[in-house]
Amino acid sequence: MNIIVCVKQVPDTSEVRINPETNTLIREGVPSIINPYDLHAVEAALQIKEKTGAKVTVITMGPPQAEDALREAISMGADDVRLISDRAFAGADTWATSHALYKAIEKLGYDIILCGKQAIDGDTAQVGPEVAEFLNIPHIAYIRKIEDVGDKTIKVQRLMDDGYDVVESSLPVLLTVVKELNTPRLPSLKGKMAAKKAVITKMDMNAIGAEAGNVGLKGSPTQVKNIFAPQSKADRKMIEGSVEEQVEALIRELGGLKCA
Amino acid sequence: MRIVVNIEKCTGCGQCVESCPFTSIEIKDGKAFINEYCQLCRACLSVCPEGAIIEILEEGDAVEADLSAYKGVWIFAEQREGMAASVAYELLGAGRRLADELKTELSAVLLGSNEEQAKELIKWGADKVYHCNDSIFDKFNDEPYSQMLVNLIRTHKPEIVLAGATPIGRSFIPRVAAKVRTGLTADCTALEIDKNSRNLLQIRPAFGGNIMATILCPNHRPQIATVRPRVMKRGEYDEGRKGGIVPVSASGITCRTKVLDTIKEASECMVNLQEAEVIVSGGRGLGKPEGFKMLEELAELLGGAVGASRAAVDEEWISYSRQVGQTGKTVCPKIYIACGISGAVQHLVGMQSSDIIIAINKNPEAPIFDVATYGIVGDVYEVVPLLIKKLKEAKG
Repeated sequence: MNIIVCVKQVPDTSEVRINPETNTLIREGVPSIINPYDLHAVEAALQIKEKTGAKVTVITMGPPQAEDALREAISMGADDVRLISDRAFAGADTWATSHALYKAIEKLGYDIILCGKQAIDGDTAQVGPEVAEFLNIPHIAYIRKIEDVGDKTIKVQRLMDDGYDVVESSLPVLLTVVKELNTPRLPSLKGKMAAKKAVITKMDMNAIGAEAGNVGLKGSPTQVKNIFAPQSKADRKMIEGSVEEQVEALIRELGGLKCA
Repeated sequence: MRIVVNIEKCTGCGQCVESCPFTSIEIKDGKAFINEYCQLCRACLSVCPEGAIIEILEEGDAVEADLSAYKGVWIFAEQREGMAASVAYELLGAGRRLADELKTELSAVLLGSNEEQAKELIKWGADKVYHCNDSIFDKFNDEPYSQMLVNLIRTHKPEIVLAGATPIGRSFIPRVAAKVRTGLTADCTALEIDKNSRNLLQIRPAFGGNIMATILCPNHRPQIATVRPRVMKRGEYDEGRKGGIVPVSASGITCRTKVLDTIKEASECMVNLQEAEVIVSGGRGLGKPEGFKMLEELAELLGGAVGASRAAVDEEWISYSRQVGQTGKTVCPKIYIACGISGAVQHLVGMQSSDIIIAINKNPEAPIFDVATYGIVGDVYEVVPLLIKKLKEAKG
């Protein structure tokens, strides 16, 4: 059995701020990490490997330094990795990103593909399902538990708004996972050594066999028009005075709106 | 497209270096140099005081497609157990506004459910409902939902398609966008029409709510967006509104997944929080779990529910099901009272579309005051008990 895990290197968003004058992101000094949801996907793959002896291949698309994310995956126990990287991939939206991943995955062979439910920088949750559509395989999103992995089928719990569904799918399948699924393991010492020594195989545009019109900015239907800081309301009214006066004024305001 | 530096004009001032979100500009030999990490985001273009950074079009850029065949606004009306979800009515509100602005029709797509629900969608603003009542749609499976919507889009060619950013919408809509080769914007919190181009301006938070982005899909149709629940307002309900129901056949639709069981486990307070007209929320400023007892009393007086910031949940003063914000619930009550909440942007994205926001905080600089309708700088343990007392007196 072959398992492919898609990971993304992202800036730690709890540290990203916007420069209010230029309306651009301040990325200086922001550490890069593996997207937290993707760590749960790697862990899920490793647990299936322990039960079935499957081979786990972790792939990422990104600039050359995304190699660090793959080394981290090896240190956790991944058998193999691929860095999908080419200048032509720059500026890709979710359509062009999924298209490139699909082309790469087609070359690798797969039974189960695992992804984090979304990346914390874009928060779109779109790349996993789009990859499944390109590959013409089923997918199940928001997996909180993998109940059973068979030779031809898989049974999982899918998180919904008001509870969860138990869903069965034929293989091959793509799953996107939520944090409840498991606790990602820490790298072992042996894993860290392996990660250090590993030679990272790169796949560029030729290697995945994609066309220029389908990747990067050119292949992207969406464009970012502009980015800006979240707006604040202009009509706020500060209520001054003693506590007594403040509370009375507030009740007066609320009473006028017939709500209190 | 490529972004390049005109070396003649560049003075090496370095302003572009700071503007680059991807740290891909360096100063080399007194001139700006763009390295291979450039993501073509264009952020540097407007920053350069000399106009030395320019974009160069390459062959294959900006192919103008014929988009005139695409007309009308669609909303996907998701259903669970036959009932249209509340987000469907919110989408009808947003879709009606967009369709009126574009002077075009608003249609809804309903898969599963029954004719009664289809009629309801018309009363809430739809001109037309494409309805397929095949039992294959009773339970949610991604493949039949996406195949059916792809078929309908290819046949009828809408210019805009909106769906709820719910577990259902966010799961199967990406397959639709992949298949019809068009753009999809996730989890939008505002939608506008660009008057000149008729393009849909899709506004959404990114980077955990730290920034907002406006996304365009200029050369592909339809423009598809998922829309965050409880952000858009429902439209006008009109009992006498007329519209057409178009029955659709599910022949040829296939499915490789099967829902074996559906288990409900939403706690009641979670539902209450999102349905509540008044929410009294507490944050780190409460300082202790007992503070929530006081907030409960206030919430009860106002007929509302109690919410919390992530800080208070992390301190284990209250359960996660009460959390409001990016990693909790998005709420949109008539009145939101924030007590001892500083207003981290991750909290603000979950509550800032509330009608009235009252902020009570010791720190006059707290960002919560930036979104507040009414602000009181003071100690929550002085203000709230007095508020409770006065409200009780007023009620007699």
